Amino acid sequence: MSDTGASGRRSWGARLVILIPALWLTVLFLVPFLIVLKISLSQSVIAQPPYTPTLDLTGGWQAVRDFAAALSFENYKLLGSDWLYIVSYLRSLGIAFAATAILLAIGYPIAYGMARAPRGLQPVLVMAVFLPFLTAFLIRIYAWINILQREGLLNETLLALGLIREPLIWLSTDTAILIGAVYSYLPFMVLPLYASLEKLDDSLLEAAADLGCPAWRAFWLVTVPLSLPGAVAGALLCFIPIVGEFVIPDLLGGSGAQMIGQTLWVEFFSNKDWPVASAVAVVLLVALLAPIVAYQRLQARALGER
Amino acid sequence: MNVEPPVRRVYVAGMADGNPEPAASRGAAPGLKPGRAPWAVPGARPLVQFEAVVKRFGGVTAVDRVSLDIYEREFFALLGPSGCGKTTLLRMLAGFEIPTEGRILLDGQDLARVPPHKRPVNMMFQNYALFPHLTVEGNIAFGLRQDGMAKSAIAARVKEMLALVKLEGYGWRKPHQLSGGQRQRVALARALAKRPRVLLLDEPLSALDRKLREETRFELIDLQDNLGLTFVMVTHDQDEAMTLADRIGVMNAGSLAQVAPPAAVYEQPNSRWVADFVGDINLIEGIVASVGLGETVIGARAGGRLRVAQNVEAKPGATVWLALRPEKIQIDTQPPAAFDANCLAGQVADIGYLGDVSHYKVKLDNGLALKVSIANRVRLVERPIGWGDRVWLSFAPEACVVLTQ
Ligand SMILES: Nc1ncnc2c1ncn2[C@@H]1O[C@H](COP(=O)(O)OP(=O)(O)OP(=O)(O)O)[C@@H](O)[C@H]1O
Ligand SMILES: [Mg+2]
Repeated sequence: MSDTGASGRRSWGARLVILIPALWLTVLFLVPFLIVLKISLSQSVIAQPPYTPTLDLTGGWQAVRDFAAALSFENYKLLGSDWLYIVSYLRSLGIAFAATAILLAIGYPIAYGMARAPRGLQPVLVMAVFLPFLTAFLIRIYAWINILQREGLLNETLLALGLIREPLIWLSTDTAILIGAVYSYLPFMVLPLYASLEKLDDSLLEAAADLGCPAWRAFWLVTVPLSLPGAVAGALLCFIPIVGEFVIPDLLGGSGAQMIGQTLWVEFFSNKDWPVASAVAVVLLVALLAPIVAYQRLQARALGER
Repeated sequence: MNVEPPVRRVYVAGMADGNPEPAASRGAAPGLKPGRAPWAVPGARPLVQFEAVVKRFGGVTAVDRVSLDIYEREFFALLGPSGCGKTTLLRMLAGFEIPTEGRILLDGQDLARVPPHKRPVNMMFQNYALFPHLTVEGNIAFGLRQDGMAKSAIAARVKEMLALVKLEGYGWRKPHQLSGGQRQRVALARALAKRPRVLLLDEPLSALDRKLREETRFELIDLQDNLGLTFVMVTHDQDEAMTLADRIGVMNAGSLAQVAPPAAVYEQPNSRWVADFVGDINLIEGIVASVGLGETVIGARAGGRLRVAQNVEAKPGATVWLALRPEKIQIDTQPPAAFDANCLAGQVADIGYLGDVSHYKVKLDNGLALKVSIANRVRLVERPIGWGDRVWLSFAPEACVVLTQ
């Protein structure tokens, strides 16, 4: 928006176009975030709403001042001192990181194959990647419980193939969380990767071959660098929501250590501690801001290359 | 091959007869050093050989039974209208397309099983195909790195190439930060950097402005001489083919219509199609009246007899076409005195003044319309010949060619 200031000559239409998303973000993101931020600075009480102080604008300036004085960073200090939260954060980041790495490893060949498929077939393949979304997310995760349980499809298949003698324990492990996350987020990895690989000009690979570069090396020197923006977009689209994932660890994971989404849920609904839950959410958001900013930088650079 | 650098582009008129037959079947033209016209030397071994190469894309025949020999150090130009298969021919030599039929040999070795990255051939792509994620230097160095060249040697070569294409100081830019012409020069530098046995150039200069194009032409020639490279260039710019090439292959709808040095293609086209495609020409249809003693008499269909100083391989009564370049016709306001020349009378229908030359369109009494161009040797204050003027056109029997196909 920096170039709007250059002159007031921008037409009203152009301003309106910027205004709509700005309004959208303000109403649906900034305002709720400020409310959450405000709650995270208050204290839990048994009342309705379950925190204090509350802001009463009818009380005038004095009320606002009293309200501000009563805010504190106690909840954040708690998050920093209690291992429960720290472990929960680290665990979430670890699982999200591992899941994203697996997603990248599985998603890249799929996207590559799609981009190399005959032109006429590609829209069909894109549809096929979307297909799982036609079933509700929750139902699909429940289906995984069936597959992963002791007498489930996975163990039966492995037993039938003679790969294992005893049924393995899949459900309620981190492996189950990873399987669930990889399964659920695969389209988010494949589609941006496909978009960037599909744009790749074949004549660049020909040029590489022409200059003496065998196909496998051309893949590393040309294909991979040029699909990097797609890989980063896919990784962020998967990593960020997996960090805050609640359903998958709750249904497929064990009862031991929790992911941060579960912690938040427990604080909010079981402990009714809205301020701590809000603080958990704010810290999570700030932690995830770093990769988003990094992505924006990359995107701005990619846009400059057009 | 000849050790000393060959002196460029000296052709004896009629040196090659414009015959697309294998070079070895013809004798070396007198007065030429061997090596300057290797295609005319019996037994000379070609560097690149296309043997009855056919390429079909589904139902489309892009290249149709092309047989062509290209010799070491030759500058060969493929000239032809859009879509006639020039790029496809180059791509087969580079290894990106596999011939449907026929063989391609390099140095006598069949290339069928040699993958593109192992061919000592570099191509400058028609769309440049620069790597967008690499800088100009990175692009130029790409091929050198594949060869495992030493870092310092690469740096030196890149610098040399940048100087050659006049892009010093642009080394750190990315392709998207360059103009179209600059990108084209990077593509050229990248293809040249490896000093390939054969350099394939697909419309190498089309995006350059006129001045830069002319400069680059000379640099290409110098470079080819100094490095002893063989160039195969695709172009549809006739001037470019004429000035650069040792030989021109004129392509039409997938096949080679004529392969000959520029002068021969211009002066001795072997078919109406080539005559019409290369430069401006008047084609006069006629019937052979008599042949003999180095002279053929042709009765123009529209009326009038024309003499040609050429033995035509056609029997009396056969239909032939007389091809006459506009600049070889003399235009006069009086009946000309020289009576051995062919002479036709008519009226000026149109005049185009281009500064250096003037074009006239003359409607002849027999109904034909001929194009005539006259060099403006003196400053024109007032046109000596105007619209509707009665004029006499004359041309020497040596000025025209008779085409039988
Ligand atoms: N991959 C392909 N699939 C199908 N047809 C093709 C393919 N490549 C080329 N052709 C066809 O082959 C013919 C020759 O194409 P080519 O690119 O060789 O022409 P060109 O002489 O280089 O033309 P221009 O001067 O426009 O570059 C054209 O009719 C084109 O449509
Ligand atoms: Mg082409």
